[in-house]
Amino acid sequence: MFQGGAIAVTGGLGWSYLLTQQAKAAAFAIRPPGALAEKDFNATCIKCGQCVVACPYDTLKLASAGEAAPIGTPFYIPRDIPCYMCPDIPCMEACPTGALDHGLEKIEDSRMGLAVIDIENCLSWKGLRCEVCYRECPVKDTAITVEKHPRLISKHAMFVPIVHSNACTGCGICEKACPTEEAAIRVVEPKLVQGKIGEHYRLGWTIDTEVTQEFKPHPRYKRITPEAPKTAPGMDYLNEGDL
Amino acid sequence: MSEAQNKPRLGPNGRPVRPFVMPETLGGKLSVWRYIILRRIVQLGVLVLFFGTFHWGWSIKEKLLLTGNLSSSSLLDVIPMADPFATLQIFLTGHILESEVIIGAALVLAVYLLLGRVWCSWVCPINMVTDLAGWLRNKIGISNMVSLKRNTRYAVLVLTLVLSVLTGVAAFEWVSPISMMHRGIIFGLGFGWTAILGIFLFDLLILKHGWCGHICPLGAFYSLTGKTAQLRIAFDTPTCTHCGECAKVCPEPQVLNLKKASEAWMVASGECTNCGRCIAVCPEDTLKFNFRQSIKKPESVSATTQPRRNPT
Repeated sequence: MFQGGAIAVTGGLGWSYLLTQQAKAAAFAIRPPGALAEKDFNATCIKCGQCVVACPYDTLKLASAGEAAPIGTPFYIPRDIPCYMCPDIPCMEACPTGALDHGLEKIEDSRMGLAVIDIENCLSWKGLRCEVCYRECPVKDTAITVEKHPRLISKHAMFVPIVHSNACTGCGICEKACPTEEAAIRVVEPKLVQGKIGEHYRLGWTIDTEVTQEFKPHPRYKRITPEAPKTAPGMDYLNEGDL
Repeated sequence: MSEAQNKPRLGPNGRPVRPFVMPETLGGKLSVWRYIILRRIVQLGVLVLFFGTFHWGWSIKEKLLLTGNLSSSSLLDVIPMADPFATLQIFLTGHILESEVIIGAALVLAVYLLLGRVWCSWVCPINMVTDLAGWLRNKIGISNMVSLKRNTRYAVLVLTLVLSVLTGVAAFEWVSPISMMHRGIIFGLGFGWTAILGIFLFDLLILKHGWCGHICPLGAFYSLTGKTAQLRIAFDTPTCTHCGECAKVCPEPQVLNLKKASEAWMVASGECTNCGRCIAVCPEDTLKFNFRQSIKKPESVSATTQPRRNPT
């Protein structure tokens, strides 16, 4: 009885270790649209592959043993085939368990990942006219904008793409389109790259409230403007007759 | 001694015990193998339907034929099906599920409540692997390296459920060689073949019917649900000579307890997979598929236990 219990506990611990190791493999996986947060997704995905069958572009794959996602769960590699953002979201519709949240109504609201630009290797950031990612982006001018940097001495004017996380769905069409040998714009799991400044920073100039509207100098505050000297001291003495 | 040899051994019903003899003719052989052939057709057929739907877009009237895999699927975009054991594990992780998977699991569960533990012998793809291992180890004559109680699987079943609660993921689904195999065949195997080879070698070298008969928690789950199943192996008590041929081929021989079967007029254990091997080898035609309701047990108990005497 004790032996049996000991075997069960040992086996259970080994088994749990396996499960937690598997769950960690998910950090780099780009999930289909509507996927729940990673922990909930791992729990609810039944690994049936109906989303994979439903995908009309063969984007989605089920992870087999040894791939960069927990075994049997759906993911995709944008550089191979990105998500083309079907408006009817067939993969999500096919999900029987709700691991792909059926509450997602518009594909533009999905957050599969976040595109980030390696500005060291981006052609636009080198001053070449590329902007392919900007032109290919299905949420153009919202998820990716182009910012003009004027010409400096002996340097090109630059038109640099900037990604905005509030609109980027992480579909990966930009990554697929990027003309560099290794994509200079890539979709990653936002947690890996996205910072957070914290609630305690109040960027007053961005906040449009009654308080900020009434931001005025304190009444005691007087602008100190140095009085202009009436004469330039010590300048005219040569012209004076004292010497 | 010579007298004993000449005199045929008699069964409890007074009839001579005859061994099972493999028929010489092909027709006879096919008749003995009929359930094995049928089972392979069903097992492979299910996988082919999944594979064809995914890779070649098989459909009827623009409805995809059978999408998904054996964990969860959809027949003609209408009928959902789901592995009730997987669904139970996901439920235990503390998540609310969509109704589709719950309806699917209920449908599949209903089928197995009706037909017994047929998943294991008629659908599960690992069965082909373990059957091959079992056949090969008989051919070569390999003996067990370890012994394990058949009830171990129920402990694994409990462990699966407990770990699903504790780790927050469906514990068996994340390591299941069964899922690895059917998912792998349909969607790509990767290193999944190592798990399948592992099961094969375990069954071949270490323990006879090791995986399916001792460890697999899914088999344990369907053994429990199979307890009240309607489809049974009916046992025509008066004809049985206790020759033991059925138990020799049975992958779960403990279910062929002849005393219990004689009393119940059927193989009552939920661990019976309804594979039909015993039916094919029984020289007396004692065993047959039948539904529980149709199995007519004589009113008087004595008739079941008292052996019927030869009229001569």
